[in-house]
Amino acid sequence: MIIRRRLTVGVGILLATLTAGLGSALPASADETPTQASPKVELVLDVSGSMRTRDIDGQSRMSAAKQAFNEVLDAVPEQVQLGIRTLGADYPGDDRKVGCKDTKQLYPVGPLDRTEAKTAVATLAPTGWTPIGPALLGAADDLEGGDSTRRIVLISDGEDTCGPLDPCEVARDIAARGIHLVIDTLGLVPNAKIRQQLTCIAEATGGTYTAVQHTDELSGRVKQLVDRAAEPVVTPVATKGADSCTDAPELKPGLYTDREKFAEHRWYKVAVKPGQELRASVSVFADRAVNNDYGMLLRAVTTHGREIVRGSESGTGRTDAISSGLRYPKPEQDEDEQTPETVCLQVSNAFSAPASVKTAPGMPLELTVDVVDAPDEAADVAAFGLGHGWWLLGLLTLTGLIVGLLFGWISRWRIAVWRTR
Amino acid sequence: MSRTRRVLAGALLTGLAVLTGASAAVADDASPSPSASGDASGPTEAGTTFRTATALQQGETATAGASTGDYLYWVFPADAGQRATVTAKVTLPESAARHGAQTWQVDVYDGLRRRQACMYGKQTGTAAADAATVELTCVLRTVRANAEPWANDPLPGSYYVRLTVVDLAQADLGLPVRTEVEVNSKDQGGSADVDGSLSKPLVPGVSSAEQASDDANGTDASAEPVALAGEPEDGWSSGWWTSRLLWTAGGGLLAALAGVFGYTVTRGRGRPHHVPPGA
Repeated sequence: MIIRRRLTVGVGILLATLTAGLGSALPASADETPTQASPKVELVLDVSGSMRTRDIDGQSRMSAAKQAFNEVLDAVPEQVQLGIRTLGADYPGDDRKVGCKDTKQLYPVGPLDRTEAKTAVATLAPTGWTPIGPALLGAADDLEGGDSTRRIVLISDGEDTCGPLDPCEVARDIAARGIHLVIDTLGLVPNAKIRQQLTCIAEATGGTYTAVQHTDELSGRVKQLVDRAAEPVVTPVATKGADSCTDAPELKPGLYTDREKFAEHRWYKVAVKPGQELRASVSVFADRAVNNDYGMLLRAVTTHGREIVRGSESGTGRTDAISSGLRYPKPEQDEDEQTPETVCLQVSNAFSAPASVKTAPGMPLELTVDVVDAPDEAADVAAFGLGHGWWLLGLLTLTGLIVGLLFGWISRWRIAVWRTR
Repeated sequence: MSRTRRVLAGALLTGLAVLTGASAAVADDASPSPSASGDASGPTEAGTTFRTATALQQGETATAGASTGDYLYWVFPADAGQRATVTAKVTLPESAARHGAQTWQVDVYDGLRRRQACMYGKQTGTAAADAATVELTCVLRTVRANAEPWANDPLPGSYYVRLTVVDLAQADLGLPVRTEVEVNSKDQGGSADVDGSLSKPLVPGVSSAEQASDDANGTDASAEPVALAGEPEDGWSSGWWTSRLLWTAGGGLLAALAGVFGYTVTRGRGRPHHVPPGA
């Protein structure tokens, strides 16, 4: 009796401690927000003469932009370092050479003093030319340094008047310098030419293009873009693939970025131990005007050239990227020494473009590499080799019935034989 | 009498302990969730590429404002046995501002960025110049716990949803739109269970995150912070339970019962007909 009482109480205490321990261990969502360098955003504003036009909500484009900027400067998140650059703000004359160098930094990139910035914006008056290309180069220099995410927000109402330097090519070159730069463009009351140019700039860097007809659209969109820059994201590591597997860089699990031209192959190496699974995925981004049909191929190849597995994809039509991936589970080996196998990854693309499109710098490429434990082997198609469904029940029942009948007859015959003996 | 009382007291004690433990677990789970304020409200911004995709849970409605021509990305987790349905609704800009028809498309990619087929549903929808909205649906294949590496079968892990316009009049680029995306899924049950299971779900960056947490326990935090796409609310299933166990066990039980029944029918009382009772 006493033993039983002690037993129940003891079991109760044991269960209590177990559940309390489980309760504290269960909610394990690791919600670590990564700490990274503060993001930098540069707003590039067109202050050219055409900003005098009164076609946004009845006021001039310049006053609409100023109003929007005031709202944006109030709403910039704490951790964002903001800068402002203008183009066409100083030189009202007719000398194209001078006008096309007319870009200056209005507010330096750094922690934002809202009153100072607002005062600086209030002094702007529509003046001169529209040197978008030089302004983008200047903005890229302003954002130099550190490894945070960078964003340029370009607000313009007219196309670049400073050829032959194509701002789209400038944008692509800046993005290819490897400083993780995204340029978003906004066109104020755009026509076809400016839309084409701004769309090209945005696509060349993985940014977005917005057509603005109203002041609240402008402020809302710029606020959204600045908030987007403040979101913590994974930054890829720049790597450079080789022409063949022997020279390829060895990659550890992570996210990488590279550039690949049309008809170019990029090779990388990953070490996979027996009992591990390699997972790789690749996206090739279409950052220029390419032909309508495209494809890409990712192959996992041994060092001797035997193909293990491939992932390929093809597509057609408007897209930002084409992606595919592969998995390679390496079976366990019985040896004591676990020598890792070097798996070569080959990335090739089947993009093509008209002759007018430049092929250099290459198209951006994003590669994810993961190495995890290999999966449990499947011994059967169905889970544990078990069955499912009414046919299974019917068959088993029928078999049981037949076997039972059979044994019953055998038993009866045996008794009959025994009895008659 | 006193014995039963002690037994009852012991049972009550253990019951209370279990309840408090369970409620502690529930309370811990409920507190850190600042975003899920409404009963089904999801994120209000969308990502623009795979690595910036916004995490979405099944059953939540994600909204985002964007410009026509943007590529919008979300990512949701799907576990083995689930058949997910992605619905997207796009509210187009005013028809007065538009210059022609627009064709919108929703694509789904798995954790390895491979494009997944939509079994049913209107994946690509065209809206005429005067239509106000366009609705798209994509029903994915049932997620399997394991597949051969040469197969494209959907595996447990993250799934990316991409919403974009594929055909439009050039003058319509950049106009503001509002989008709404929702993912629901049905559990297909035992008929979709396969043998084998992945050691880790197909979430990109899962091994880097493990490495980072191992390093963080050691010395410094990793220089490359990896954001995982999130896991289902109840975590990933461990994969050992399947309803096939019940079916097979039930079949065995019925077979045994049928066997006993058949035996009794033919054996009877074990007496042949022609022998009178008592002999």
